[in-house]
Amino acid sequence: MNGIGVFVCHCGSNIAATVDVKKVVEMAKLEPGVVHAEEYQYMCSEAGQERIAKAIREKNLSGVVVCSCSPRMHETTFRKCAEKAGLNPYMVEIANLREQCSWVHKDINEGTEKAVILTRAAIAKVSLNTSLVAGESGVTKRALVIGGGIAGIQTALDIADAGYEVDIVEKTPSIGGKMAQLDKTFPTLDCSACILTPKMVDAAAHEKINIYSYSEVEKVSGFVGDFTVDIRKKARYVDMNKCTGCGACMEKCPSKKALSEFNSGLSNRPAIYTPFAQAIPNVPVIDPSQCLKLKNDKCGLCARVCQAGAIDYKQEDEIVTRKYGAIVVATGFEVIKLDNYDEYAYSQSKDVITSLELERIMNAAGPTKGHLERLSDGKAPKNIVFIQCVGSRCADNKGKSYCSKICCMYTAKHAILIRDKYPDVNVTVFYIDVRTPGKNFDEFYRRAVEEYGVNYVKGQVGKVTPEPNGKLTVHGVDLLDNKQLKVEADMVVLAAAIEPSPEVRSIATMLTASIDTNNFITEAHPKLRPVESPTAGVFLSGVCQGPKDIPETVSQAGAAAVKVIGLLAKDKLLTNPCTAKADELLCNGCSACANVCPYGAISYEDKLINDHGIKKTHRVAVVNSALCQGCGACTVACPSGVMDLQGFSNRQIIAEVDAICR
Amino acid sequence: MSINQEFKPKIVAFCCNWCSYAGADLAGGSRLSYPADVKIIRVPCSCRVNPMFILRAFERGADGVIICGCHPGDCHYSTGNYYARRRMTLLFSMLDYLGIERERTRVEWVSAAEGVKFSTTMNEFVSAVRELGPNRRLGDLRCKD
Ligand SMILES: Cc1cc2nc3c(=O)[nH]c(=O)nc-3n(C[C@H](O)[C@H](O)[C@H](O)COP(=O)(O)OP(=O)(O)OC[C@H]3O[C@@H](n4cnc5c(N)ncnc54)[C@H](O)[C@@H]3O)c2cc1C
Ligand code: SF4
Ligand code: SF4
Repeated sequence: MNGIGVFVCHCGSNIAATVDVKKVVEMAKLEPGVVHAEEYQYMCSEAGQERIAKAIREKNLSGVVVCSCSPRMHETTFRKCAEKAGLNPYMVEIANLREQCSWVHKDINEGTEKAVILTRAAIAKVSLNTSLVAGESGVTKRALVIGGGIAGIQTALDIADAGYEVDIVEKTPSIGGKMAQLDKTFPTLDCSACILTPKMVDAAAHEKINIYSYSEVEKVSGFVGDFTVDIRKKARYVDMNKCTGCGACMEKCPSKKALSEFNSGLSNRPAIYTPFAQAIPNVPVIDPSQCLKLKNDKCGLCARVCQAGAIDYKQEDEIVTRKYGAIVVATGFEVIKLDNYDEYAYSQSKDVITSLELERIMNAAGPTKGHLERLSDGKAPKNIVFIQCVGSRCADNKGKSYCSKICCMYTAKHAILIRDKYPDVNVTVFYIDVRTPGKNFDEFYRRAVEEYGVNYVKGQVGKVTPEPNGKLTVHGVDLLDNKQLKVEADMVVLAAAIEPSPEVRSIATMLTASIDTNNFITEAHPKLRPVESPTAGVFLSGVCQGPKDIPETVSQAGAAAVKVIGLLAKDKLLTNPCTAKADELLCNGCSACANVCPYGAISYEDKLINDHGIKKTHRVAVVNSALCQGCGACTVACPSGVMDLQGFSNRQIIAEVDAICR
Repeated sequence: MSINQEFKPKIVAFCCNWCSYAGADLAGGSRLSYPADVKIIRVPCSCRVNPMFILRAFERGADGVIICGCHPGDCHYSTGNYYARRRMTLLFSMLDYLGIERERTRVEWVSAAEGVKFSTTMNEFVSAVRELGPNRRLGDLRCKD
């Protein structure tokens, strides 16, 4: 050790307000090995980095401690800075004085005292650091997109346009997602299918895009640049290569009782079906729970009518294994189940529906062919009540704590569309607040009120009661007039909250990506890295990350694609050099370490060991540094304590413990 | 009572890089305070925490040691936190036998999104240790001045 340099950052007033920076410098100078200590306003700035580089060069520093924000923020910055100045980048340690000190402690004495101790621990650690050299690993130039909604489609198109191969894995028989189910879209009221279908077609026709529809990701292994993924292609019972998409089978199928998922359960579909007319791929699937042939070996009609001979009742699930350099999660959302909201009579009355169901009712290809009618008796409604925030913004555990973000706008959209087409229908909207912070959004909402005469009532609804005459009574409050209200309605529409797709949990587990308490996938940084997950090589697109409308989804999808392209454009990635290493002299080859390694990185070799002049051959553990991810499980498992982790060695951690407890 | 109020325990918190250390950062970003007695040591995974580190901490005068990792099933390295849980269960019962109260040791799962949980956990843990007073058990007399 030539000597350690300590660089304390004020971070403007972020650190300096509750930590006496001068005192930290003064105390650092007293620590063994420290030959240089200074403070500066912003260490991460160019001028700040230049100070570090200058000290490294002039004082020939062998170790650097930067007392600043979290290492998760700027560790790489300072490592690069050290490297440029000629110091091994792994000779840098960060003392986290901002996130874990100044921001959480208000008292300057307490804050300073803790900052001094954290700095001391980092100095103790760095004095035991060793130079490490990052290895290299290759990049498979292909991306996987999980989920084929508008988010997944857009991400795939953008990646493919840059020249890289992309696979889309979509669990349902067709790509398109929720957007395919929508009628018109705010704030411009263009038809959803008209803007979505061309994108679906583009994706299907793109030579670089490969769509695995009716498929699910089953297993993921590997790491950034080199993931191996098992995809389960569910049995379709229809040969994709032979089917011409004529639709004869669907017409003839006698089993027509299944509820159409696409029409939100408001109509029926045959056992052999494509979810909607513009489905991509336009190849039906047979639902084995409904097919008479598959259930009890009767019927077989579709095989007989299919001119192409595409029906194959013997088809089985198939597992394909593919390699990817990057993975994008785009699993989207579902509308919540309304079991907890029985006060709105959703389960009791057919005329209480969700907004998504209304989308289908308004759609020309929907269950009522686009006519606004009551599902109970087919009559045209005269009075419609919308209830917003059903299951969103709940303080209790009944619903979601978050705002679903899209409901205010789609409710205004529904109100406008109804008043435009049926001017004699009265529309009332109960709301908590109307939230319209988007381009042309507030204008859109004001049109609903001013131009279309929609009756917005600020207040919540306590109860909806179905009456014997078939009508519904909505019991609400008008907070602005401070009075109880009873509104008679023919139809009630609930703006139900949205939540992440239920499988996202298992997807996140497979990818070791984290999810938040609401099951949305966590981004690497809430502000600065919104489309990356904390797991390298895993990216986020669309509503799986948080509620979004289509414009936001599409921009995020493009952003995720750019990150993927940036990764795939590299030929080599630097690997983490903080890997495990066995002391060959002491290792007795017992296998305890290999048993706990999740990556199979440890093997055993017979090696000729020179033990102080005595040469003998014995079995020792050898870590494959390309496979080792540096978790450290093996280091604790080793009964002889000979397995150690570089960068987080036993001696380094003990030095930190000692420095903290001193 | 008044003694306990003034008593500033030494608390060592081992936090895994991917979940809990990030959770602590989020607590910071959200300005959710907890006692300054807590000092965090960053480890790649909770499974990197060697029981030896905890013994060392108590030997050097720590009053409480807490290990934080990703929630079961969410470990960045798939299974690390299961090893940590198993090892710590054993170690803590041994420490209990040696007279180091159960309240001085703890394993907690804190995700990267749980800034609030990080701060409440630390508040609770520190007040539990304060309640117990200084740890005089394992302290190595040779380390005392
Ligand atoms: C009633 C209603 C009206 C709306 N109106 C508008 C509007 O007018 N304008 C607007 O801008 N936005 C509107 N939105 C919002 C819009 O629907 C979303 O912004 C958009 O659909 C988000 O796209 P996505 O791809 O992220 O998610 P999704 O559309 O949910 O797509 C996700 C896809 O991933 C698939 N998937 C899920 N899990 C898996 C898995 N494990 N494996 C493989 N595939 C999986 C799903 O099957 C689906 O195809 C509305 C939403 C609702 C509910
Ligand atoms: S009848 Fe045959 S070719 Fe026509 S859609 Fe059905 S499976 Fe495809
Ligand atoms: S540190 Fe983890 S990944 Fe590396 S060899 Fe040890 S157990 Fe395997």
